[in-house]
Amino acid sequence: MLRATLKSLLARKVRLVLSGLAVVLGVMFVSGAFVLTDTLGRSFDTVFSDAYAGTDVGVSAKPKIDVGEMEGMEVAGTFPASALEQVRGVSGVASATGLAAADGARVIGSNGKVLTSVGAPQFGSNWTGESGQVELREGRGPTADNEVAVNGAVAKAAKLAVGDRVGILTLQPKREFTVVGIFGYGGDRDSLGGAQEVTFTERAAQELMLGQPGVFSELSVKAADGVDPAKLRDDIAGTLGDGYVVKTGEQLSEDASAGLKEGLAFFNNILLGFAGVALFVGIFLILNTFSIIVAQRTRELALLRAIGAGRRQVIGSVLVEAVAIGLVASVLGLGAGIGVGALLAYVFGQTAGGLQLAGLGVPPAAVISSFAVGLVVTVIAAVLPAMRAARIPPVAAMQDVATPDRPLTKISVAGAVVSAIGGTLMAFGLSGTGGNTLLTILGGVLLCFIGVALLTPLISRPVVGLLGRLFSWSVPGKLGRLNSGRNPRRTAITAAALMVGIALVTGVTVILDSAKSSITALAEDTIQAELVISGAQTGPRPPSFDPAVLDQAAEVPGVAMVAGLYGDRAVVGGKQGWITATSSVPALREIYRATPTAGSIDSLGPNQLLVDSKTAKDRGLSVGDTVPVQLSRGDAQNYTLTGIYAESELFGGFVIPASAAANFAVPQPTQAYLKLAPGASVDQVMPRVETLLADSPEVSVADRADFIEQQAGQLDGLLTMIQILLALAIVIAVLGIVNTLALSVLERTRELGLLRAIGLRRGQTMRMITVEAVVISVFGALLGVAVGAGLGAAVVRALREDGITNLVLPWSEMGLFLGLAAVVGVVAAVLPAIRAARLNVLGAIAHE
Amino acid sequence: MAARANDVWKVYGSGEAQVAALRGVNAEFERARFTAIMGPSGSGKSTLMHCLAGLDSVTRGTIHIGDTAVTGLGDAGLTKLRRDKVGFIFQQFNLLPTLTALENILLPLSIAGRKPDKEWLDTVIDTVGLRDRLGHRPAQLSGGQQQRVACARALASRPDVIFADEPTGNLDSRAGAEVLGFLRRSVAEYQQTIVMVTHDPVAASYAGRVIFLADGQIVSELIEPTPETVLDTMKKLDGLAEAGL
Repeated sequence: MLRATLKSLLARKVRLVLSGLAVVLGVMFVSGAFVLTDTLGRSFDTVFSDAYAGTDVGVSAKPKIDVGEMEGMEVAGTFPASALEQVRGVSGVASATGLAAADGARVIGSNGKVLTSVGAPQFGSNWTGESGQVELREGRGPTADNEVAVNGAVAKAAKLAVGDRVGILTLQPKREFTVVGIFGYGGDRDSLGGAQEVTFTERAAQELMLGQPGVFSELSVKAADGVDPAKLRDDIAGTLGDGYVVKTGEQLSEDASAGLKEGLAFFNNILLGFAGVALFVGIFLILNTFSIIVAQRTRELALLRAIGAGRRQVIGSVLVEAVAIGLVASVLGLGAGIGVGALLAYVFGQTAGGLQLAGLGVPPAAVISSFAVGLVVTVIAAVLPAMRAARIPPVAAMQDVATPDRPLTKISVAGAVVSAIGGTLMAFGLSGTGGNTLLTILGGVLLCFIGVALLTPLISRPVVGLLGRLFSWSVPGKLGRLNSGRNPRRTAITAAALMVGIALVTGVTVILDSAKSSITALAEDTIQAELVISGAQTGPRPPSFDPAVLDQAAEVPGVAMVAGLYGDRAVVGGKQGWITATSSVPALREIYRATPTAGSIDSLGPNQLLVDSKTAKDRGLSVGDTVPVQLSRGDAQNYTLTGIYAESELFGGFVIPASAAANFAVPQPTQAYLKLAPGASVDQVMPRVETLLADSPEVSVADRADFIEQQAGQLDGLLTMIQILLALAIVIAVLGIVNTLALSVLERTRELGLLRAIGLRRGQTMRMITVEAVVISVFGALLGVAVGAGLGAAVVRALREDGITNLVLPWSEMGLFLGLAAVVGVVAAVLPAIRAARLNVLGAIAHE
Repeated sequence: MAARANDVWKVYGSGEAQVAALRGVNAEFERARFTAIMGPSGSGKSTLMHCLAGLDSVTRGTIHIGDTAVTGLGDAGLTKLRRDKVGFIFQQFNLLPTLTALENILLPLSIAGRKPDKEWLDTVIDTVGLRDRLGHRPAQLSGGQQQRVACARALASRPDVIFADEPTGNLDSRAGAEVLGFLRRSVAEYQQTIVMVTHDPVAASYAGRVIFLADGQIVSELIEPTPETVLDTMKKLDGLAEAGL
């Protein structure tokens, strides 16, 4: 029996490869994700074990605020230089070096822009000589406060040589330095993990990177020969007491690596998202292929039943086929995934400024998940067809049993029920009352898709009939239309696969376009500034500019008011959240049209703060209350609440005076709004403000319309990414159409032969097949557009409270999808049509 | 007795569209005997065979194969019956195109998970004369050879009854004669029971007994028929039918 199954499988290689392709793609993304994270993870391990190579024990201080990996920047705690002397006194310490190091030394390149670094840090620290992996290549270390030594990565990116002048942004605005040395790392590397490094004198580093002279952020301790680092760690911790974090070099390197690996999880999720979509669509494809194959093998399966095979054996034989396909697809997918993972790791390594990749690794998780996913998906998809195969009566071996057109009642009722459950689940998730909202919504969407897919056969009759009329001006067109309506289930599943992809793209487009339109409308309504200074944020650090620009801009003729904004995370009243500091409360009030609900919002003195009415209500705050505020640097201070302003969608939260921003992670303004005097011209003021920004290359000035466009435009990148993701689902669906058509052509060999025998020309045959394909794909696209618009509208509606008030249906995109679907149909029909046209007429008629 | 039908009715459809394919058929098929069922198109001969073999259900009446009551068996019971007690030979040969001749012959045994009886298998293969063709696939065999593979497949598991549905319908007369001769030998030499549906008087003459069906009922029977006596009986039946009109 097994042999019979496997042999019949081998005889139908091509069609099975086609159906397995979707699984291959899905598995590829799953294993690719694992290979990528594993390879990069081990590369990071190497980088950090190199970075901490010269450190047996490291000392740092607890940060003032613990900021999560994806939430923003964490500022390391600092401690006085006296700690260094204390540590040097601990027995077993061979040497100890104080480091004043932090991320955020932004070197200005030869093009006047800040050097980019994709994800990799831009360290600034004090020069501690050639230690650990550091090797001077040229020149010397800095000895004066206006000298720097840079690593090879910086020198290359900014085209610097010893003796050159270079501008660097730190906690302070741009300053000019002379490059006196260029260094690399063991193994002739320019950089560890792509990091850009600039080293100053100790005093300059303390001031520029930590914001305070005489403090360190880290101590690197070398143990004397024969001293156990773990014991030394405990001794040092005992000497220093509370407030310090003391770890061995090994621990430090592991911790640092673990932090980055968390970031990698994001990549992983994107790839797994690809995999999920590919596999979901793949299920439709495999289900259809197996259904058709079972239908074609009716006689063969009936024969097996007639000569004594039980129902279970028939089910088993179909499932064994599924397992075989699943296995082959998993192997191919795993192979492809290793390739994709390696490629992505290489690309990542290149963009991260030459991350040295550890050898390519295939973790067991990649192999296990590949096979699990590949097998489970294929077998699930094959269960229904297998059960159908088991219902074939043995007597079908002797006669042509006309498969009765089974009524669609049951499947339609099931579809309606599943859609209803999915819809309810979605509504539940969107209302936000459920526990895990995102999962509930995704589950609802998934069920909606399955429900609609089940309803599709019912819908297909009238819709396909109607669509078909568009093409039935000729006999081949009419035949094609009739063919596509012939087996509603088959047409439906093929179309449903296409529906999923198109529905997702349409839905996401509806949501993002609506969000964009709502934000634009709101901003146009609210923001009362003619000019805005801001920059595009590409990492955790927001772009910032020299605070002096604020005062200079206020002096520019025609400028009435300037509101500079600083932002950071802070712990206010025991809760961590976003806090804003502003240079001018009256300007801010004017620009956002804020209205007071209690107290005064006209001015802010030192240690005074404002808050919006919603937060005040949530926290139970009223004017006059004292609130402790802990910023990124410095100690906690008490603030008095002097005013409450009405909440608005564009602006909210706690507001403190700009003087306090010195203790922010980024102590410079990140945005400024300029309100012009009546009668002043934007065209005259803008160039003057531009010249003020010459030394602040991270930001630029834009008029109000451009600024709003830029802000809303941030969503465009997201949209493009999602569209690429979903294009994949559509590609798989196209494979499905090709597959269905190819199988249909095979099934109708005799019929095609007859048509040719009575005079249908080759071209007409091809046209007939093409019409069938176009009808199916346009039908799928139509469904997808309708379902997607419905899902998108539902989400938009649910987000009304969150400020998405405009529902925008992307009509042109939706039309484009329909047009694309027609093209897709034509393309998908090419091979099956050629095959049909090439049929040998005599052979086809004799075909059984 | 190898198979028995008691007052078997088979009715298709309901109401106005009701058609009775079998109307109270009583028949017995003895062991080690080659019986042919004949009759004009639509007489119900194929339906009778399908019912006897448990491939189709009856509307009324009982069917026995050996001691087993076929009527009333569920799918599992019917599957076991087909596996252990019944063999089939089809008009269209119905070999699996992907398997070799030998694999096709062994298929029922491998489905049942039984080991072939080596000696018996050799006998069967030699009787059908296919020893040098065992590794070929159906497409590489002639029609007669394919049907002999199908016969060997039916015989290999030594079923109580072999049902043959127009086994020579797709063969020329020489290949047909080979197959029929082989079927007769398996009855004479190996005590196999065979029930064959045919409309060919020559084919029927290879059987030891012929029963004639018309309009869903058994109307006549011949023992030790020759082509001529079969033809005469059929003419007589046609005459009756015409007179009836």
